[in-house]
Amino acid sequence: MSLLRRFGPTVLVPVFAVLVAMVISALVMAALQVDPFEVFRVMFDLGDKPSQQMTAVVVVLNRAVPLFLAGLAVAVAFRMGLFNIGVEGQYRLATIVAAAVGAAVVLPGPLHLLLIVVVAVVVGALWAGIVAVLKITRGVSEVISSIMLNFIALGIASFLLTGPFRGSAPGASIISTSEIPESGWMPSLNGVFDLLGLANPPRQLYGFLIVAVVVGIALAVLLDRTRFGFDLKASGLSPSAASASGVNARAMVLKTMLLSGAVAGLIGLPDLLGDKHSYTTDFTAGLGFLGIAVALLGRNNPIGIAFAALLFSFLDRALVPLQIQGLPASVITIIQGTIVLAVVIANEVARRIARRTAERGGAAVAGAATPGDGSTGTGQTAGDADAQGTGAGVSRTAGAGQADDHKGAGA
Amino acid sequence: MTKAAALLLAGSLALAACASDEEGGSGGDAGSDGPKIGLAFDTGGEGDRSFNDSAVAGVEAAIKEHGGEVAKLSPNNDNSNRADLLTQLADDGYDPIIAVGFAYSDVIGEVAEQYPDITFAQVDGSVEDAGSPDNLTGLLFAEEEGSFLAGVAAALKTETDHVGFVGGVETPLIQKFQAGFEAGVEAVNPAIRIDSQYISPAGDFSGFNDPARGKIVAEGMYDAGADIVYHAAGGSGIGVFQAAAESEGRAIGVDSDQFQTVEDPALQAVIMTSMLKRVDNAVEQFIGEFVEGNVAGGENEVFNLESEGVGLSESGGFIDDIQGDLDTYRQQIVDGEVDVPTTP
Repeated sequence: MSLLRRFGPTVLVPVFAVLVAMVISALVMAALQVDPFEVFRVMFDLGDKPSQQMTAVVVVLNRAVPLFLAGLAVAVAFRMGLFNIGVEGQYRLATIVAAAVGAAVVLPGPLHLLLIVVVAVVVGALWAGIVAVLKITRGVSEVISSIMLNFIALGIASFLLTGPFRGSAPGASIISTSEIPESGWMPSLNGVFDLLGLANPPRQLYGFLIVAVVVGIALAVLLDRTRFGFDLKASGLSPSAASASGVNARAMVLKTMLLSGAVAGLIGLPDLLGDKHSYTTDFTAGLGFLGIAVALLGRNNPIGIAFAALLFSFLDRALVPLQIQGLPASVITIIQGTIVLAVVIANEVARRIARRTAERGGAAVAGAATPGDGSTGTGQTAGDADAQGTGAGVSRTAGAGQADDHKGAGA
Repeated sequence: MTKAAALLLAGSLALAACASDEEGGSGGDAGSDGPKIGLAFDTGGEGDRSFNDSAVAGVEAAIKEHGGEVAKLSPNNDNSNRADLLTQLADDGYDPIIAVGFAYSDVIGEVAEQYPDITFAQVDGSVEDAGSPDNLTGLLFAEEEGSFLAGVAAALKTETDHVGFVGGVETPLIQKFQAGFEAGVEAVNPAIRIDSQYISPAGDFSGFNDPARGKIVAEGMYDAGADIVYHAAGGSGIGVFQAAAESEGRAIGVDSDQFQTVEDPALQAVIMTSMLKRVDNAVEQFIGEFVEGNVAGGENEVFNLESEGVGLSESGGFIDDIQGDLDTYRQQIVDGEVDVPTTP
């Protein structure tokens, strides 16, 4: 029972939401006279030959890496009730500047890579920092300012690409920055397939996968096992309670946005370092917005976000085989859309159930919530699970901080 | 209150990010002897009544003649899976594989090298941009030559000595349209004022699919006194036609004969002519060459005025009276007497 209470909302809610979404999508497909079982069969059919199957695995993983990073970037801010919609602009701007810097210098391999990554992280953080400064000094809602900054970032990126950073020959059909020299390329992980005795597909598995995993673990530790993570979560649950206990709310806004932007800066790098080697007019757009959906589905938990990213990229891969089989690929869009809606609803339902239980057995829950002072592992886990139950998910993360104040203080 | 709005916004943004407008492809179209043709679309997919549909028409004409079947694939919403489309087609034994749109330049070279036994072609992409693999053919068009004639037609028909050009996205490809159009207008009468404007800058592809902004840009030109506007803006072009209808101006369509495809009679009336880009002819001819085993590979095939790969449509009869002048200019371009620029 205690296990269920601890992990229940985190695991059950998304799983339940995905199942509901599958059923709803199947009903929609049936209504459109498309056989849902045929669709699901094609989705899970990775191909006949081993190399085809491994290609499919690589395609899913390669797509999941940027989605995972995007989800993390959004989730870091979500955790403290900040809604960073500006991830889109942050990563686009970070990627083009990193691509230009990477192409301009020649350094020994690892240093070159490190420089590109650091530049991307710094640019992403600075751009997100503008949002924080506006919020701290002028009280500008981060929702508004980060959306507006997206447009400015895209405009600047276009200007840089066609102006100072242009590296492609005049008349080339795709405008791009100069190519990053080979010392700045991220080696692929295809050796892993040989090690495991699997077929080695022609598609290259992004080496950035490792970086993404490390970032995911680091953030998980930072958010759940450190003083900073606790302050962040406390500020999100109840700004007044947090500042009463000595947390500097303004500094937290700045730090959180910088961190969120820094992670956002990484989103474009898997493609840049592993495949494209330059920023082009065709560089993948929209990952920042997809990250919002991924973070919602993963309930702002790094492990959950990893699964959400894999699910989204798995669904995305199915687009191609579905079309070859003559099935409408729009069913994938329907599934993805219903998943997001189902998660939002399930989170809200879970929150209400948890609140009701908390109100009934107030004493027991309050006892579990208080010990989380940020230094002891066990106490904090209990506090964490409870926090997820009482106020986690969309409504809080979308900024219901004020509304939840009395409740947070009560708990 | 603002929190609820933020939540709504989150949902809608997430949904918008998921949304895409791809059409269902069709599987085997009967016929077992002929080629198994793989067709990978540009943004917009099948049903765009323009570029992609023109390629489909070419494939269908080729199948009627040679037999065979076709698989049609559209990229996902953020176009990140273009390489996957080509790889999947190649793995499934489709040959030849035709990619529609210059955006495939990034990926088609690599895929072509991975599948050296399969014949690839790219509409609007030169083999040099893809690293010149031997099994790739670029199907290119002299858009500037067709646009030159559109410019001549506009210059001969304008009553205010003021015309306009609306480009979708400021890419080198669309700049060819602009350059040709401006040169055409200037060749007739250098005193005519030309307003040229793009809907979105390079890197932001929304300009090809944003009729509302297309309308605003064109309205600005009509309000400033232009009476004929030429658009090379894909799906945004419908907005240009709407602006023309409201301002009682005229417009020039692009890619396909938009007089035939636009359907709405009010808009039909303003479409003076369209600059045709015969993607269908190019695709049909390429498949014919493939069936006969005549594809050289590793080089570009250029479709220009001479080979009737580009030209002006005559539907509606609005330019019948100036056909003589147009033919003169056409001949001069074909003979090389007039050199049409490709950059503005």
